[in-house]
Amino acid sequence: MGNERHLRRVILRRKFVNILMLTLSTLTAMYGLVWLFWILGDILLNGFKFISLQLFLNDPTPPGIEGGGLRHAFVGHFIITSLGALIGVPIGIGTGIFFAEYGRHSRIVKGFRNVTDVLVSFPSIVVGTFVYALMVKPLGHFSAVSGSVSLALLMIPVIAITTDEILKLVPNSLREAGYALGAHRWQVIKDISISAAKRGILTGVILGIARISGETAPLLFTSFNNNFFSTDITKPMASLTVTIFQYAMGPYEEWHRQAWAASLILTFGTLFFFITAKAVVHGMRRSG
Amino acid sequence: MKRREELVEALTGSTLGLFALTVGFLFPLFTLLVLIFESLPAIRKFGLFNFLTGTTWDPVAEVFGALPALLGTLLVTFLASAIALPVSIGIAMFISELSPKKLKPVFSTAVELLGAIPSIIYGMWGLFVIAPLMADYVEPFLQETLGRIPLLGKLFDGAPTGVDALTASFVLSVMIIPFMSTIVKDAFEMTPELLKEAGYGLGATKWEVVKNVVIPYTLPGIVGGMVLSVGRALGETMAVAFLTGNVHQIPKSLLEPLTTITVAIANEFTEADSDIYLASLYYLALILFVLSFGLLMLAKFYLLERLGKRWGTKGT
Repeated sequence: MGNERHLRRVILRRKFVNILMLTLSTLTAMYGLVWLFWILGDILLNGFKFISLQLFLNDPTPPGIEGGGLRHAFVGHFIITSLGALIGVPIGIGTGIFFAEYGRHSRIVKGFRNVTDVLVSFPSIVVGTFVYALMVKPLGHFSAVSGSVSLALLMIPVIAITTDEILKLVPNSLREAGYALGAHRWQVIKDISISAAKRGILTGVILGIARISGETAPLLFTSFNNNFFSTDITKPMASLTVTIFQYAMGPYEEWHRQAWAASLILTFGTLFFFITAKAVVHGMRRSG
Repeated sequence: MKRREELVEALTGSTLGLFALTVGFLFPLFTLLVLIFESLPAIRKFGLFNFLTGTTWDPVAEVFGALPALLGTLLVTFLASAIALPVSIGIAMFISELSPKKLKPVFSTAVELLGAIPSIIYGMWGLFVIAPLMADYVEPFLQETLGRIPLLGKLFDGAPTGVDALTASFVLSVMIIPFMSTIVKDAFEMTPELLKEAGYGLGATKWEVVKNVVIPYTLPGIVGGMVLSVGRALGETMAVAFLTGNVHQIPKSLLEPLTTITVAIANEFTEADSDIYLASLYYLALILFVLSFGLLMLAKFYLLERLGKRWGTKGT
């Protein structure tokens, strides 16, 4: 009799612990969601309040004078990011192709690949100091192109790793069929591997762009900042992120408002890239 | 014709090989060398030990010590990881074991979205939204409750300003949760269904299966993911740049402003007016490079590699 009661108590306790832990787990998931909605909600609410046409059309005015905008930062951000992508995308894809197509059986190349994988999480501010020493110090002034180079260095590992992973999913029998027809390696890569992995590579590229479009730290001492509209890539250029940093830290209420509005554009721009990448992957799964 | 194709062959092979060599080897090596070269004046003047243990950071007297920034980095990273770890395991468990199959992608995407928000947004939001809340409500509350406990209470001394170690660690923890929980979730999902069902077959509850089957099986993955997140948190700049106050002091309580290596570099790099000042900032960057690269390599090569072998796949 006593034994049975003991058994029942054990089972009750196990059930209780189970329910407790499952509840805790559910609560942590809710905790994560709370932050997501809180951040996005704040950005949306405050951003929309302060967004206006003049934000996109005007350059900044001195603090205290109404009617300033952030045209210089939007244009600068676009130029710096596109130039970064222009440098980073081909090198990233090329590196990924080498890892997957040439280096599959080489220990050294595998080592390179793992280092590249580590570089994905590399502190971006260190890349900024590196580019400063190489491109800013010798020339004696900040330049937009050095900002683009640091962004390129940050996106290359992301693209290379995604490309490598996706190319490894292409069945080897396809490549062998190409070789059997007497194709060269570059022809097999161009006409078989890449064309089979197009969507995946595209995903990597978009993820890489999403990664760099929100970066601030490496731009602080490469492209620096500029309060005026400029399209000269050899001169300092404003970017959205650095401008947000400057404006949010600044003392003026007007600056804070513009920082919120800029954050709205920046956040949803970045998330747009991210969701596009997800959608491309999803489409890929569906079409087989 | 034949010769042209062979030329293209050799050309593509060597170009791509050069890319891979540059990205996977020369770039990190070159970064290390440049950082060492740029910090040489500071290395010569302060040496390694004196720099690491020096507590003064005085640009006017040109005396630089890294201890406050180094300890600040370690403190903020440690606190953020300590908050993020249990939450991440909970989220991973929820997504992989609890949520209905149809909602799984929704939850995973939500977590990944949280991770895709640029870090400067976290920082700005932390400054405008979280810091005032911390200063007005959370920190006075903590002082009233935990602050009353002897010894432990020392951690909550000082005026609650909202710009301090606690707020910075907290915002950083929100930022690394998505990263950590995605890795842990991926690890959880690698557990063979068969093992789990064997557990259920013995009458185990869901929690017991997670505790006794899933977690032991994926432990290297969890540890690896944790180390990877710590490595990433170490180098995080913008999320904490707004919230530490950038004061070179060793904080005596969690409510005092401090600085981290990244914040010091971000705030002072363009203002460094003497060679030794700039060199000292490069020295800080070098320390950060060694710390985070070392940690990430450890996670990658040791922990995740071991896990990869267990799962019969190479590299995760």
